[in-house]
Amino acid sequence: MRHIISVLMENEPGALSRVVGLFSQRNFNIESLNVAPTEDSTLSRLTVTTIGDDRVVEQITKQLNKLIDVVKVVDLTEGDHIERELMMIKLKANSGSAREEIKRTADIFRGQIIDATPNIFTVQLIGSSDKLDAFITALTGTTVLEVVRSGVSGISRGEKVLSL
Amino acid sequence: MVIRALRDEGVKYIYGYPGGALLHVYDAIFQQDDVQHILVRHEQAATHMADAYARATGKAGVALVTSGPGATNAVTGIATAYMDSIPMVVITGQVMSFLIGEDAFQETDMIGISRPIVKHSFSVQHPEEIPATIKKAFHIAQTGRPGPVVVDIPKDMTTPTERYEYEYPKSVKLRSYNPVNRGHSGQIKKAVDLLLSARRPVIYSGGGIIMGDAHEELTELAQALNYPVTNTLMGLGGYPGMDRQFIGMLGMHGSYEANMAMHHSDVILAVGARFDDRVTNAVDKFCPTSKIIHVDIDPASISKTVSVDIPIVGPAKEVLKEMIQLVKSAKEQPDAEANKLWWEQIDEWRARHGGRYRTDDSELMKPQQVIETLCDVTNGDAFVCSDVGQHQMFAAQYYKFNKPKRWINSGGLGTMGFGLPAAMGVKLNFPDADVACVTGEGSIQMNIQELSTCSQYDMPVKILCLNNQSLGMVRQWQDMNYESRHSQSYMRSLPDFVKLVESYGHVGMKVDKFSDLEAAMKEAFALKDRLVFMDIAVDPFEHVYPMQVPRGSMRDMWLTKTERT
Ligand SMILES: Cc1ncc(C[n+]2csc(CCOP(=O)(O)OP(=O)(O)O)c2C)c(N)n1
Ligand SMILES: [Mg+2]
Repeated sequence: MRHIISVLMENEPGALSRVVGLFSQRNFNIESLNVAPTEDSTLSRLTVTTIGDDRVVEQITKQLNKLIDVVKVVDLTEGDHIERELMMIKLKANSGSAREEIKRTADIFRGQIIDATPNIFTVQLIGSSDKLDAFITALTGTTVLEVVRSGVSGISRGEKVLSL
Repeated sequence: MVIRALRDEGVKYIYGYPGGALLHVYDAIFQQDDVQHILVRHEQAATHMADAYARATGKAGVALVTSGPGATNAVTGIATAYMDSIPMVVITGQVMSFLIGEDAFQETDMIGISRPIVKHSFSVQHPEEIPATIKKAFHIAQTGRPGPVVVDIPKDMTTPTERYEYEYPKSVKLRSYNPVNRGHSGQIKKAVDLLLSARRPVIYSGGGIIMGDAHEELTELAQALNYPVTNTLMGLGGYPGMDRQFIGMLGMHGSYEANMAMHHSDVILAVGARFDDRVTNAVDKFCPTSKIIHVDIDPASISKTVSVDIPIVGPAKEVLKEMIQLVKSAKEQPDAEANKLWWEQIDEWRARHGGRYRTDDSELMKPQQVIETLCDVTNGDAFVCSDVGQHQMFAAQYYKFNKPKRWINSGGLGTMGFGLPAAMGVKLNFPDADVACVTGEGSIQMNIQELSTCSQYDMPVKILCLNNQSLGMVRQWQDMNYESRHSQSYMRSLPDFVKLVESYGHVGMKVDKFSDLEAAMKEAFALKDRLVFMDIAVDPFEHVYPMQVPRGSMRDMWLTKTERT
């Protein structure tokens, strides 16, 4: 099963490499990963999506918790949560029909065209990873030139807060 | 500041080797007497000395090595300590901070290299951080599940002309590191209920009892219940080895009765052990009828390889104390009849494989006899520091450890070359104790240069080299799995060990006959202030038994070359 694990960790040099190193050292898989500072400048928040059975995921969270730099770990997929990913995608748009199709599909998916040249549209899309995948699949007749995705970020719904 | 911080931490000895990045630190060492430095001949030995000090005392040992090759030479020692959860602080020199990343002379990314084999590491960014960083390093190394900590210090952090405020912190608090200090009472209650209802119980304990100082509690609980106890390789000495309730080591080369009892048990109490693959054999066939209680300080050790029924996260000592209380006050006591039957069964297993090795199939001395003699000569009281191979397994099987922290070996990593430096680390700190290094002619040559350190600092350890003229453990596997094709497991061109050790100023003895052994060994131990190297010729064809059959259950064992369960 796919899990989204959120990690609050010390914003210190070396912390990230310890987390990433743990995954390779213990043969855990990483589907996506993102990390950025939080409102508290001494902490950063890392979100990793991984695929594994319950036992593996339990080991991942336990091993992460053991790292001295890691302050808190939650498996967001254990409860109600919201996940979002940002994608920017560069598409070939050198004919009228291609431009039309991109615009139409972007509308359906609530994407925005954030850059355009006579030959190229760059579309920005935010949503769950599935939605981003679906967008790419929907663009059957269009040539994809470049894709950049942020990796999943997640937050739990309701009152639950991941902080110190 | 580095040395001052070590002094304030109460460190008496550090083990190390100088180099460019550490020259400021070595100059500071020269100018004081509180912290004594032991100059090894190879950095690996420095880490093993520090490690063995920790194994014998429970306190973190300290190694000091320079950047680049000094640091990489220490890697094996750090990994050795990591695998066995041994507290250790390794201070590594680093190139000047402004040179980092430029492939400067003797630069290696030690934080990166050591990352998977440390509990934590620090890279000092400012000289003022040194005292607090060293304090933190000791704190992390010694608490919770212990482990090695690396402190990497760029040369410009120790410049003596730059002076800073120094204060050694009394305590540390880390918001992200709070090891548990007691177990969950509800879980402990459940565990005790299950224990009391057991009809075929086994207590399986490991290194956590030794490092967690819980041998008294373990013994008390086991004796209150009259339950059998088996120890892992790392846990030997956690329960008195000569006691009737002790059924030996378990696992790959565990005793017949221990492995049989485990397999047929209905309740297992695992304490401070981690269900390592050398213990469980095939996990899917592991103890099919047992309910398992697992007590460990490290939550990640629980249900990592084998799923357990009652997990308890906490320090062994505290948890066992609570268990003893509950057992004592419980109304229901274990079924006496079931207990009697269980012991009868265990004693039957014991008797079946009682002799364990044969002396009649060759004229040659058996390695097992050497260990038994060592045990007799030292009354089961010596520190036994082992290398890795058959001799290690024989030592584990045949030396009866009555006290904890006396059996010092590399269990998790299995590092050949560990034995001699380990014995040195122990002898230095326990000058009056008998310290034996049990080794093979293969292992000893991995750190034999330390004989020189032994002469420099007068470390009169007794080295028992079980010389079978081969990499015996490798050869055994080749005999059993590769139709005796002895690929590269035979050591031609062995040195004359007696002459070799004499050249370092030590005493060498060669023993070829069992009838000479005891007298020679007594003589060796009587030479209190001399290092004695006993080159003991043992049967090169001997195998270690029992040996679990690969991918089998715990009870699937070879008992001799021809007999299988
Ligand atoms: C550094 C290292 N290299 C290789 C091994 C693999 N290994 C395990 S036991 C062994 C043979 C040890 O030979 P010796 O020290 O003579 O002991 P014996 O088994 O003969 O008693 C080897 C090569 C190891 N454990 N450590
Ligand atoms: Mg040998």
